[in-house]
Amino acid sequence: MSENSMNKDGILVDVQHLKQYFNINVGPMQTKPLKAVDDVSFAIKKGETLGLVGESGCGKTTVGRSILHLYKPTGGEVVFNGRPIKGKADINMLRRKATMVFQDPYSSLNPRMTVSDIIGEPLDIHRMYKNKAERRERILELMDQVGLNSEHASRYAHEFSGGQRQRIGIARALALRPEFIVCDEPVSALDVSIQAQVINMFVELQEKMDLTYLFIAHDILVVRHISDRIAVMYLGKMVELADAAEIYEHPLHPYTRSLMSAVPQPDPNVAKANKRIVLSGDIPSPLNAPSGCPFRTRCRYAADCCAESMPEFKEVASGHFVACHRLGEID
Amino acid sequence: MANEPLLKVRDLHTSFFTPAGEVKAVNGVSFNLDRGKVLGIVGESGSGKSVTAYSIMQILAGTGKIVSGSIKLDGQELVGAGETVMKTVRGNKVSIIFQDPMTSLNPTYTIGHQLMEAILLHTNRTKEQARERAVEMLRLVNVNEPEKRMKQYPFEFSGGMRQRVMIAMALACEPDILIADEPTTALDVTIQAQILELMKSLQEELGMAIIMITHDLGVVAQMCDEVIVMYAGSICEQGTAEEIFYNPKHEYTKGLMRSIPTADTAGSKLKPITGTPIDLLNMPEGCPFAPRCDNAMKICIKKKCERMRINEFHFASCWMNVKEGIENGTILNSKEGGEEA
Repeated sequence: MSENSMNKDGILVDVQHLKQYFNINVGPMQTKPLKAVDDVSFAIKKGETLGLVGESGCGKTTVGRSILHLYKPTGGEVVFNGRPIKGKADINMLRRKATMVFQDPYSSLNPRMTVSDIIGEPLDIHRMYKNKAERRERILELMDQVGLNSEHASRYAHEFSGGQRQRIGIARALALRPEFIVCDEPVSALDVSIQAQVINMFVELQEKMDLTYLFIAHDILVVRHISDRIAVMYLGKMVELADAAEIYEHPLHPYTRSLMSAVPQPDPNVAKANKRIVLSGDIPSPLNAPSGCPFRTRCRYAADCCAESMPEFKEVASGHFVACHRLGEID
Repeated sequence: MANEPLLKVRDLHTSFFTPAGEVKAVNGVSFNLDRGKVLGIVGESGSGKSVTAYSIMQILAGTGKIVSGSIKLDGQELVGAGETVMKTVRGNKVSIIFQDPMTSLNPTYTIGHQLMEAILLHTNRTKEQARERAVEMLRLVNVNEPEKRMKQYPFEFSGGMRQRVMIAMALACEPDILIADEPTTALDVTIQAQILELMKSLQEELGMAIIMITHDLGVVAQMCDEVIVMYAGSICEQGTAEEIFYNPKHEYTKGLMRSIPTADTAGSKLKPITGTPIDLLNMPEGCPFAPRCDNAMKICIKKKCERMRINEFHFASCWMNVKEGIENGTILNSKEGGEEA
């Protein structure tokens, strides 16, 4: 997967200069734009898994939602399968081909609907069946695909454990036979042993159905495991994007470096020998984001130029993109 | 016994009495904690790790009750000791920090008020001395401009900062034991790294013992000297961090280790534990992990395995060890085993 990602062939989702601002009330009759996603560009190849990591509030979930046009993007363009998403018809097509799995398996399922209605809802909306029997058959097929017992079709969500609920959510996402799924922290609410089951299922489904994933998570070990490439976001900007092994072993951006070094390694010898780059301070509020590079307030390499302009997100090695003014200065 | 351990828990049983029946949340747990050590308790949701800690503090919710067992702190028996004694223990000798720094502070009082409250309650300091101590504690946990921060409310603090305040509050009376119940689960990785470093350095500075409750094996590997692995209210394995990570002797622990994605597993399949966690209302007769265990034998379903000694630093309750013929692992009963640990 290390070939040049700007190669236009085989690209399923092309995100160009995506901007998503939210107007926040800051006083009586006063609003201020919160730049949740600010000029982010990347492409996802067909059949690949792009991991998207970053800390809470960095805009990773918003990127996923904006791609699916759950929000109307403030600026920029999303091109899906060569077709720019502009009007209602485009969005309708997109919603059929691209779906989402949500983080919280407890709140993302309607407690008053049975499992078969939850999974069948996308089929109902897009009228994907001719008669009731066909609908039921498809629902049972989906339940089978995600390892749910078909006898449970008439049960309600509260009767299931967290892992099983996440399976219901995945079956719903698969119902329309999508090409692309945005997975928004799909395993972070699950216990380790259940998490591994669900991760394996994502991998199997991808192989079987030729799916493309945008896998959003804050757990870097999980993302490293499942992704072909990984993108790192900080305060609404993308700071680094590279092949998964490359970015994990040789991160270039100072933020990525500290992020990778902060990962608690499940191995006492490695963990105790690990030289963590501990960042001082907290993430600034996105309402008062620093000028220039958003990371400069916590960056030990920050210089005057970092306050002046946002560094360009450029390719420094084949397929390895970084946005940092001081790249040459970092040892 | 030359060195009496600081905390000695023996055969602890804690249950919740619900309308549906008795939920045995902690089912015969025994362990020791020495001064200045970091003990990790790992397990999945519902494994009883938090309830074990709450039993030590006796802060069980509603229907929870310690059914039997013994908890000795510095030789003093805490089970059945009564509220008066517990009030001198909580905060003074044992403090706790909780998972969620967002909800464990009172939003209607200033940080300073809440810190001073803890100090005034447990020591004979005057208000002025308490204020000084509170500022000193905030400085200790690396909160900038502590005097100014004292006058602020919790909503003005970020998650990491609130957790620092919680730690400051917990340590204000210099406890012998700090119980940290998932202290970094709600925090981001870089903030988690800050808090863990802080806890480690404070532990070295103040010499207290820490009980670290977590589901994150990465946190355990980084912080702990000794590890207890819990499943369905029982300890399945116990030993030094090195033994548990590099030489696991219980099928559940082995399964857990295989379940964690690492850099080496990329591109391959994980080997997860099959099935779902057990229903504590309907505990099986044998090993609680047997229904999910790939190597379960007939005896596993019939009889729960006693605690077995693997070596000086390592105990496990798994019949597989007998099968594999670890001859030096003589079967001990749980009480004796605890003394040895």
